Amino acid sequence: MMPLFLLIAASSLLFALASPATATETREFILSNGMKVLLVEAPKAPVVTVQVWYKVGSRNEVMGRAGLSHMLEHMMFKGTVKYPKGTFSRLIRKNGGIDNAFTSQDFTAYFENLAADRVELALEMEADRMQGLVLDMKELTTEREVVKEERRLRTEDDPQGALVEALFAQAYLSHPYHWPVIGWFNDLDAMTLDDLQQHYDTYYSPNNATLIVVGDIKADSLLPAIKQLFEPIPRGPEPRPIATMEPEQKGERRFLLKRDAQVAFVMMGYRVPNFSSEDSYALDILDSILSHGKSSRLYQSLVYEQKSALAVGAEYSLLQSDPGLFYFYALVSPNQKPELVEKSLNREIKRLQTDLPTELELQRAKNQVEASHIFEQDSNFRRAMLLGQAESVGAGWQKIDQFVERIRAVTAKDIQRVARQYLTEDNRTVGTLIPVPPKQPGTPSSAARQGKP
Amino acid sequence: MPTARPQTILALVMGCCAWLWAAGPSLAAEIAPTKFTTANGITVLVLEQHVLPIVEVHALIKAGSAQDPPEKAGLANLVASLLDEGTTTRTSKQLAEQIDFIGGTLEAKASEDFTTASIRALKKDADLGFTLLADMLQRPAFDKQEFNRIRTQLLGEMASNNDDPGHIAMKAFNQLVFHGHPYRWPVNGTEETLSKISLADVQSFYGREYSPSRVILIIVGDVTLHQAAALVQTHFGTWKKISAPTRNQKNSLPIERKTVQLIEKDLTQSTIVIGHGGLARAHPDFYSVTVMNYILGAGGFSSRLMDSIRDKQGLAYGIMSHFDARLMPGSFWVNLQTKTETTNQAITGVLTEIKSIRDQPVSDQELAEAKSFLAGSFPLRFDSTAKLAQVLAQVEFYGLGLEYFTQYPKWIDRVTKEDVQRVAKQYLDPQRYALVVVGNLAKAKVNR
Repeated sequence: MMPLFLLIAASSLLFALASPATATETREFILSNGMKVLLVEAPKAPVVTVQVWYKVGSRNEVMGRAGLSHMLEHMMFKGTVKYPKGTFSRLIRKNGGIDNAFTSQDFTAYFENLAADRVELALEMEADRMQGLVLDMKELTTEREVVKEERRLRTEDDPQGALVEALFAQAYLSHPYHWPVIGWFNDLDAMTLDDLQQHYDTYYSPNNATLIVVGDIKADSLLPAIKQLFEPIPRGPEPRPIATMEPEQKGERRFLLKRDAQVAFVMMGYRVPNFSSEDSYALDILDSILSHGKSSRLYQSLVYEQKSALAVGAEYSLLQSDPGLFYFYALVSPNQKPELVEKSLNREIKRLQTDLPTELELQRAKNQVEASHIFEQDSNFRRAMLLGQAESVGAGWQKIDQFVERIRAVTAKDIQRVARQYLTEDNRTVGTLIPVPPKQPGTPSSAARQGKP
Repeated sequence: MPTARPQTILALVMGCCAWLWAAGPSLAAEIAPTKFTTANGITVLVLEQHVLPIVEVHALIKAGSAQDPPEKAGLANLVASLLDEGTTTRTSKQLAEQIDFIGGTLEAKASEDFTTASIRALKKDADLGFTLLADMLQRPAFDKQEFNRIRTQLLGEMASNNDDPGHIAMKAFNQLVFHGHPYRWPVNGTEETLSKISLADVQSFYGREYSPSRVILIIVGDVTLHQAAALVQTHFGTWKKISAPTRNQKNSLPIERKTVQLIEKDLTQSTIVIGHGGLARAHPDFYSVTVMNYILGAGGFSSRLMDSIRDKQGLAYGIMSHFDARLMPGSFWVNLQTKTETTNQAITGVLTEIKSIRDQPVSDQELAEAKSFLAGSFPLRFDSTAKLAQVLAQVEFYGLGLEYFTQYPKWIDRVTKEDVQRVAKQYLDPQRYALVVVGNLAKAKVNR
């Protein structure tokens, strides 16, 4: 019923990469203006997904303007000269399609899912707003309020969301992963049309974008149409690379978040490398052994045996532009102490560092990766999303094809080694949400009463 | 799986959507499954899909929380939650290890009208998939320790749910709208009712409700009809039939006047739910209501509520209207979150739109756009093997007939402007409704 669910459904694939072994090939084309085009012919149903990925996210923002990329994403639906306000989604929908967009730390992406015979409509509209966006003050004023409502929903009024935000702010001191994708209230208030225009001019250019089409298409016959629509868009400036890197962490950081909540929540984030390190594959398998399925270590230990957590997990995505966090989370069972839950998490980490995982566990993790790579191909959208993410974070879409092979090569010793190297006390940030009674005493008092018609 | 990972984490790290995520591409334009009934009474639908080596087996059991005794709400859900927690031949952990080892997924959950248990596996593991699903459904152990553990876990999740204002609001709303009706309680029950459920209750619910004659079994994927029929016979052929209890249809009593429930919680936004009773899925007006509701508030950025509340007034990130059509008449509601200060403005805005779609006919353009979306996007609803299996099960359960897949666009297309206004007048009521607000009440000052 709520958007969050759906967002998650889509983002879960970030942690289960796939290589399309039985699938048709990904074909790459570079247009004369530098835009990369990836086409996949998947004729199983007469539908298609069109996605445009821009290499810009909250990591490309500066202090004082946190949330600018996401705000621009919202403004991208406010119209161009050719397709004025309110027409974009309406026209896609009228043609039986669905459109949306999402922003992360590393990228901003737009998509349309629709019948294959309407593919050119989506392409035409995306080409149009790659250069013709009209930024209007009145629209910004209203949309700013919408985004602030989004922030209230996701962070202010969501205890776990608030803890995640604080964890990143503590784990990254200088790198832009410090601030949230949605931005801070004051920064949202401070944003001007000029800020948005500059961000748009800098990052929304063909040479900073990847177009991906997956579905019932013929690459050879679609390419001319793509060229015709996108090649007239002039090449833009090469965005400056992000200079600020996060220095090595020297010692554990710890914080508490005290607020009205029903249950405690514990998070531990370890600084780890991204795709550019060979260790990323072992870290991915490590994640699987810890948290994929009900037979995984964390579930069996904390939820099943000790019953100290209602939910527990670990998350790692190697497809990040800059080194990210390998993080653990646990939703603490009522009447259980967060300190004990943290100890249990530490015990599981310690176990990985001292004893090799069993052959069975290792094989299970690899089987899960291989099966999920087949399951991923069930959806054009997911395939396109994987390609888009790999390309946008700088890994290159070919990384997807190599993934299963690399995973197969991971050994039990590799897992122990990366556990010892990265999951160390000095390299982590620990945040705990401590529920406190609500400000106004006399909690959830509810009184029904009959009103006048 | 008993619980999802906290959703917010990924959402925040991953980023934010402009608006809600919607269905992806479809699997097939033509959906023509083969249907048959086994000797012991299972209704089986098989849809061959040979593009990928995947098999999805989805069982729908015609018993849900609507069959819970009122003082033991949450029973059907507790039974479903225990299905994968051990059988007479496998422990909870062994089940988990077997499904995880093949990289498959196994799920069981109850809803108001029915319970589903499903498995997804690679083709090479189809036999094991059937084995595990059949074991869960026919030989659940209902071990005392697992029972206690899962019940405690469910109680803990209820506490955690109270951190979600949307959940609190819907729970209150359902109690107002479904007064004295089986849809009144949350599927997982309440702290009070769940605590009253005993292991004997679980066993007797299972014994009474889980019979092959009440099961719809959907098989979608890379198996032939012949293989599927053989697998069903091998794994489900000996399941003993019992006589099924008869069901009584029940209508909820309409809300007689505006009813307001305000729930205090220290928040920056008010979570608002406004609505009343709705209609049953099999009602002939369903398609006219679908078109009307699309225009009102289910049509994303094309809807009137989105246009007014979000785009023009900037009052909310998301707003949507819903008709939850079930076996018995369900409910209609609009939900949104807005900052505390604009609570009354948003409520007024919603009521204005509800009134307006009753009072004036929709425009030709609105009607045409709604119909062209609903018909045109129909294939996008089956964006994965799993979704296709779910839809097939529900089409069978609600008795929509397999022509649903070819006729749906026609049923939508014949809806007229007059139909839209007629059903708006009949199924929307801007005077007699339930209003729930969760938030900072002192600041929100909700108008009664």
